[in-house]
Amino acid sequence: MDHYAEDQDRIFKRKKIDVMAPLKKTTMLLLLMLSSIMLFAQGDKEVMADTMRSNGRIYVVIAVVVTILLGLILYVFRLDRKISRLEKDK
Amino acid sequence: MTGTKNYMYRSWWKIASIILLLYTFVGGFLLDVPRLPALGETIRNLYFHVCMWFAMMILFTVSLVNSIRYLRTFNLKYDIAARQYATVGIVMGILGYATGAIWMSYTWGDPNNPAFESFSSIAREPKLIGAAIALLIYFAYMVLRDSINDMDKRARISSVYNIFAYAMLFPSIWIIPRILPSLHPGAPETGGGGNPALDVKDIDNRMRLVFYPAVIGWTLLGVWITTLKIRIAFLKEKKLM
Repeated sequence: MDHYAEDQDRIFKRKKIDVMAPLKKTTMLLLLMLSSIMLFAQGDKEVMADTMRSNGRIYVVIAVVVTILLGLILYVFRLDRKISRLEKDK
Repeated sequence: MTGTKNYMYRSWWKIASIILLLYTFVGGFLLDVPRLPALGETIRNLYFHVCMWFAMMILFTVSLVNSIRYLRTFNLKYDIAARQYATVGIVMGILGYATGAIWMSYTWGDPNNPAFESFSSIAREPKLIGAAIALLIYFAYMVLRDSINDMDKRARISSVYNIFAYAMLFPSIWIIPRILPSLHPGAPETGGGGNPALDVKDIDNRMRLVFYPAVIGWTLLGVWITTLKIRIAFLKEKKLM
């Protein structure tokens, strides 16, 4: 009885080590690969205005914003000229 | 005062400002930016919101230099310049605060709650409180100036106050927000400390391509507006004298 049990235990232990070691490695490898895939997915999932860029609507936004900027600059420029004229009158 | 052809009457830096700002507006929308969670396309606010603060800091620094020059020479033109630089600096600061308020309500707020609901946590941001303190101290500079009628007394007291106000910028917007935990970049927990938008590790190379020209462009626009205000102030002074 005793002999038999000991043997079985040893065999069982050895078996356990033999089977689990490569399994652990593969699971770890799989987990690492998965985590990298998840990271990639996170970057891609972030909503960016890609459609707006691809169909060219972004240029409409730029046209509007640049028009406002130019209008403001023109205003400052005209103020500059006016003040210069006032300074010459003095 | 106005006869000498100094920087206020040269046009090359005004043209540079226009070109840099046009580049900012076009490049800021078209060039590539990193894809970051929670930020998305709003990362382009770096070219506008952060530049407001940079322009404010530079204008306040010029204001400080003019105040010190006044105290060294007692020439009133430096005091006028210091006042106008501080005014436009405050305008830039208010714009920075307002744009920051819009930006944060879409990125810092709890996505499951409306911005109003998550306000109590956002309002505790040390960066917000510090910036508010800094701006209020500069509001006090204006109040102090305009409450004194005697010209020389006003110039002297407000110049000294301006130096103190500038000194208060250091703890309120540069030191304390870097010590306390905060959602704003530059806090010890989020970015590992450092200077937001200036740190080499913190900012993407693609963004630096637009960010630095944007800072210069916005600052020069601020200086341009300031010189107009200074020239009007000189004209007024001449009328009085």
